[in-house]
Amino acid sequence: MCLGVPGKVVQIMEHGSARVDVDGNQTDISIKLTPEVELGQFVLIHAGFAMEIIDQQVAEETMYLLKELLQYEE
Amino acid sequence: MKNDNKGYMQQLLQEIQAETMEVSLMEVCGTHTMAIARSGIRGLVPSNLKLLSGPGCPVCVTAQGDIDAVIELVRDSGITLLTFGDMMRVPGTESSLQEERSKGADIRVVYSPLDALAAAKSLPDREVVFLGIGFETTAPAVGITVEEAMENGIHNFSLFSLHKLVPPALELIFSDPDINVDGLICPGHVAAVTGVEPYRLLAEKYSKPCVVTGFEAVDILEGVVMLLRQLHQDKATVEIQYRRVVKKEGNLVAQATLEKVFQATEARWRGLGSIPGTGLELRRAYEKMDARKKFGVREIEDVPIKGCACGEVLTGKITPHDCALFGKGCTPLRPIGPCMVSQEGACAAYYRYTPLRD
Repeated sequence: MCLGVPGKVVQIMEHGSARVDVDGNQTDISIKLTPEVELGQFVLIHAGFAMEIIDQQVAEETMYLLKELLQYEE
Repeated sequence: MKNDNKGYMQQLLQEIQAETMEVSLMEVCGTHTMAIARSGIRGLVPSNLKLLSGPGCPVCVTAQGDIDAVIELVRDSGITLLTFGDMMRVPGTESSLQEERSKGADIRVVYSPLDALAAAKSLPDREVVFLGIGFETTAPAVGITVEEAMENGIHNFSLFSLHKLVPPALELIFSDPDINVDGLICPGHVAAVTGVEPYRLLAEKYSKPCVVTGFEAVDILEGVVMLLRQLHQDKATVEIQYRRVVKKEGNLVAQATLEKVFQATEARWRGLGSIPGTGLELRRAYEKMDARKKFGVREIEDVPIKGCACGEVLTGKITPHDCALFGKGCTPLRPIGPCMVSQEGACAAYYRYTPLRD
């Protein structure tokens, strides 16, 4: 339940929100827990919020792990 | 597994396999439970090294009486309840949220608490209740949502908080003489919020090593090796294996949100009972949004489920295979206890990856 999904910030928007790219899909999230995040940075998203700023390598590793865990569902 | 990790993983595994001490290590995170089961690590470690699953899945530790109280609330036709998908199938005494929905209750699954706030805005004539569940990782997101509801005057939104805190519950594990745990594989994303201080205090108070660990197989192996090395050196301190994400101080904005919106209260844990200071309720300034107070929700006693050993499983006293119902009557399709409901539950993970052999 506490797993985070990595996304790249592609647009900083009003009211503490941002548009992120998650594995090719774009979605809007809140960045109120990571107000210092900048355009182009990667974040770990949990329950619609960026909970931590991470580097690209961590983002790629986490997405890899997530896809492995998702196979469990199939 | 990534190829560049293979050599390092073999090296870690060799060190673990050479271990001769009797050691029990506990993980307290549903994602660790899944990752350990999926990777087959449990089958690769020597029999003297036990990897136990603790109370790390927020769904699994939800008390039956709390589910019953939520069910009583949603039977009121004016209420729309929103929650995370995992909660739908958790069995109460007689029913589950899924069953209530099939009987006509307005219950919806959301991904984010902000979706619940959006629902409240679009349904001004209904009372919209968000059933909040989760540990320190999730609670700050819910805290921000409550603040936003308050700031925007969304009076038909409220929170039914089942949020819980991990470190104080671990005190109970460490202080129970019936639970033998030598070291803790600590939850990476909970620590990303809290920082390592709560675990440092635990490690020092109970003389048990704690390692904040990530979720890949290589992370878990490295976390286990770090714990074993501490045990061999008679050390009991906190270390961070998951340095890629966890900062020593944690997420200060998230901590400030938790502190501002919530206060610690007594919470009921399945298998552990009521523990003071392990739940989160809204502070007085936000109590108009506390669904329990707003709708006068009553406390409902827990009625033990006959034969269900989730309590013993959650505290590492037995493994899922030792439960008489495991695989016989209790399966992921028809779960009897919550550890079989959530995919992160110890029983569900065992069922998928280490089924009973005849």
